[in-house]
Amino acid sequence: MMSPFGDIKAYLGLCVNLKKFRFSQFPLTFHKILCYSNPMDDTLLSVQNLKTYFRTPEGLARAVDGISFDIKPNEIFALVGESGCGKSVTALSLIQLIAQPAGFIADGAIYYKGQDITGLSEVEKRKIQGNDIAMIFQEPMTSLNPVFTIGNQISEAIQEHQDLRGAAARNAAIEMLDRVGIPEPAARYDEYPHQMSGGMKQRVMIAMALSCRPGLLIADEPTTALDVTIQAQILELIQRLQQELQMAVLLITHDLGVVANIADRVAVMYAGKIAEMGTWEQLYETPQHPYTIKLLESTPARDKRGTALNTISGRVPKATAYNDGCRFADRCPKVMDGCDTIIPTLHAVNGSEHSVACHLYNPEPPFSVRLADPELAIQEHATVVSATKLELETEVVQQSERVSEQPTASHPQLQVKDLCVHYPIQKGIFKRTVGYVYAVDDVTLDIPRGKTLALVGESGSGKTSFGKAVLQLGVPVEGDIVYDGVNIATTTRQQMHPYRKRMQIIFQDPYASLNPRMPVGRIIQEGMQTHGIGASDEERQTRTAELMLRVGLSPDMVTRYPHEFSGGQRQRIGIARCLAVDPEFIVCDEATSALDVSVQAQILNLLKSLQVDFNLSYLFITHNLSVVEYFADEVAVMYLGRIVERGTTEEIFDAPKHPYTRALLSAVPKMDTQTGVEKIRLEGDVPSPINRPAGCHFHPRCPEVMPVCKEEYPGATHFTQTHSCHCYLYRDAE
Amino acid sequence: MFSYLLQRFLSIGLSLLAVSLLVFLMVHLIPGDAAVAILGERATEKALTELRAEMGLDKPLYHQYAKFLWDVVHLDFGRSFKTKQPVIEEIKRYFPATAELTLAAMAFSILFGIAAGIIAAVSRGTFLDYFSMSISLAGISMPIFWLGLMLILLFSYFLPILPSTGRLDVVLDLDVQSRTGFYLIDTLLTGNFTAFRNAVAHLILPAITLGTIPLAIIARMTRSSLLEVLNQPYITTAYAKGLPRWKVIRKHAMKNSMVPVLTIIGLEFGYLLGGAILTEHIFSWPGLGSWLRAAVEARDVRAVQGGVLFVASLFMLVNLIVDMLYAYVDPRIRVGNEAT
Repeated sequence: MMSPFGDIKAYLGLCVNLKKFRFSQFPLTFHKILCYSNPMDDTLLSVQNLKTYFRTPEGLARAVDGISFDIKPNEIFALVGESGCGKSVTALSLIQLIAQPAGFIADGAIYYKGQDITGLSEVEKRKIQGNDIAMIFQEPMTSLNPVFTIGNQISEAIQEHQDLRGAAARNAAIEMLDRVGIPEPAARYDEYPHQMSGGMKQRVMIAMALSCRPGLLIADEPTTALDVTIQAQILELIQRLQQELQMAVLLITHDLGVVANIADRVAVMYAGKIAEMGTWEQLYETPQHPYTIKLLESTPARDKRGTALNTISGRVPKATAYNDGCRFADRCPKVMDGCDTIIPTLHAVNGSEHSVACHLYNPEPPFSVRLADPELAIQEHATVVSATKLELETEVVQQSERVSEQPTASHPQLQVKDLCVHYPIQKGIFKRTVGYVYAVDDVTLDIPRGKTLALVGESGSGKTSFGKAVLQLGVPVEGDIVYDGVNIATTTRQQMHPYRKRMQIIFQDPYASLNPRMPVGRIIQEGMQTHGIGASDEERQTRTAELMLRVGLSPDMVTRYPHEFSGGQRQRIGIARCLAVDPEFIVCDEATSALDVSVQAQILNLLKSLQVDFNLSYLFITHNLSVVEYFADEVAVMYLGRIVERGTTEEIFDAPKHPYTRALLSAVPKMDTQTGVEKIRLEGDVPSPINRPAGCHFHPRCPEVMPVCKEEYPGATHFTQTHSCHCYLYRDAE
Repeated sequence: MFSYLLQRFLSIGLSLLAVSLLVFLMVHLIPGDAAVAILGERATEKALTELRAEMGLDKPLYHQYAKFLWDVVHLDFGRSFKTKQPVIEEIKRYFPATAELTLAAMAFSILFGIAAGIIAAVSRGTFLDYFSMSISLAGISMPIFWLGLMLILLFSYFLPILPSTGRLDVVLDLDVQSRTGFYLIDTLLTGNFTAFRNAVAHLILPAITLGTIPLAIIARMTRSSLLEVLNQPYITTAYAKGLPRWKVIRKHAMKNSMVPVLTIIGLEFGYLLGGAILTEHIFSWPGLGSWLRAAVEARDVRAVQGGVLFVASLFMLVNLIVDMLYAYVDPRIRVGNEAT
């Protein structure tokens, strides 16, 4: 694909897309005929050297910069990568939805069934959009128009591309709704999006996309906004429909677990280029590209417990400032002279379908290197990994020994007893209370000093309300919250003040939780001033600098504003802000959920080392079970406001008792596809916390429901000192 | 849906009650009292006492307010001291002229305002966008009387193509049989097309004068609201279906972007009723505004009370209609949230 006319090509591409010179179409067409060829085989979609650029105030952003791949009919092809790697832009380029006029396809060809679709007119383009290539998006909540019925929106697509009108279009839409598993499709045809749950909306989106039987479905993070049990349903649906309708799927995701379970082939993208491509087994078992290896290593998992996660140093380069060579060069542990000036191309590994873009594996290296033997490289890598693991393990062990020498109090850091958070629902002009949202109901928990309790559950389970209740952050609380021997549930604002210093919170969204008009230094110092930490401003400034170093930021950044930092850096600022007041107990409310895997690994490592250094106790609220498995000491599983099961991490993950816990664990997509764990699929959605099902709240979805479950909420059954569960299955187990 | 409307009705009832109280107390805020205000400072004590008895000013305040409310509910605003006519009859006589002017100004501002807003939003960042937005900024900044006088100067004096005063030429005035009071309708009903054309010509300048500021505000609101909607994911979804651009904008974007525009239109109506007083003065328009101004000057308490109460009710009525339109536009108001 390397052409001596590289610059001319880019120039021509620019001319066409600036629409300045119409006649420049001719040289471009000529150039295309010369450089790209229509694949003659059975390939459905062939992307060749696609370059999609955006004009930005900082310069030309090369979001997608020369990627090539083929998708066969009836294949699920996945593009994975972290945010900003260009995977979504690739998808939008394929369906010709690049935001004009800032974005444009600068070069390359996209052949769909043998036809190049990059140079089509508006009218020809629209015949492809929705008809041959359809797309579903990440946010089912906002991807449907709120003011039209779902039926209207599906029929609209049908009427645009097919000769069906009126009742015929309606029937086609209803049939499609039925196909995606929407109960009573005829009745729901006339419903509005806001009347449906998130999972249902994503089903409607799928029905809409597939209503014209496209040859290719692009699914851009289709399950990222959904709960794990709903995610399992949607992935299964996409797989089933792909078989039934004989179509190809381009799946775009950041979640390697999702890819592992359904993709036939996978391409890993980094900074606008494909780093490595192959089947999932090839990538997972024998990753070649240093980035792929690092990405897999930084994913938290059970077997990495007690060790620090292997992270990638530095950060992803900006799309406006890519180097001329391999974009991973400045973060790569195996970087060589010349890596940052010469672009690596994709080379097949051992002549198989597995290919990798790295100079290490180039059989004809452009500069003199010691060519790595792929097999040898993997072995070498494995020894390095285990060596670092060992090193870190001993370090952590030493640190924890140091900790255990410290005198520990007999009572736990935090004891919560019969905690309820019931939000009143008020209606009418007189704000009469007509009911309650039972966000948290009768929760009893304790968190030992220096340990991490993970609170897991799906959205609406009440885990965030619980976190806020513990910190007395403006939620109506009933019950006892005993912190260090004092019940803080009944304190006044003044009495609560000293506890504000001892208990802190780290928020999920590093973008919204920092005041955009305050420089970082002031954000960190504010808490110190409030609680009188540090005698003078100078002292506080010194301390701020220390804290910034501790969380991995440069102290000379104190005068900068939050928007100048990346997501991971902002989360570090949030952690520094929190540490500034010397807390003992920290609520981490989905602290890593908004971050990319490699950044998440850095933050988890930081939290872990801080815990050891300062003997911190964490309440770790999350929906991400692989993080829990890696990070937590104890786990409590929440469903509709109640703790259904709790125990140590080993107890919960090795011997889950409650049917909900078991279903939840089995629904988590695993990267290792050979686990052989039986999948338990839950039907339906989480019910509303306003009208919870009587008896055990889980009974309508429970695969092992018994008559008694519908009558009364089950009491606790204790299996060990730490492991307990609320389920009638174990009534006689004690 | 039903409870939503009931809530709107109740809140309007409460607002009206508050307005009636203010209007009622207005009389008591005048230095001296209403009787002195009406009869003048040199009136005899006897005459004053008689008038006070007639107006019920000698009764306790709550009693007076109760009677006032009772009368208002029965559409009895009392008699004007100046003309001795029932106030309600006066309102009936002058209101159609104001309604005609206000509706014409409103139609003008909505039509051109929304159109300008859409054009600006769709051609964002181009000359058209900057041009229409600068014009609308100029429109907002223009004092109403200055604009009115300039228009008169331009179109009645230098280019004498449009009349500058009244609702009809005097010659035609006697010709028109008033049935509804709306000249445009009356002239059409009687088939008097000469008078119709004349009435339209008379309406143009005042309507433009009154409608320019609302037009500019509506245009800016439409633009920003439409731009926001065009960035929503469901617009991408619509494009991904292969819908043509005009269809995406007309169907998917317009309806969603109309909610804030509707709010502005409802509020602008209040401005139009207020602005009508000035405009009617400039163009010698025989409407409610001119009448109300005259009533204020003549210290015609009953007439002012009735006029203000009437205008306030009208404003609330329009906003009630806007609230109902919300429900039409946004199914989240119309259809209760049943999502589980």
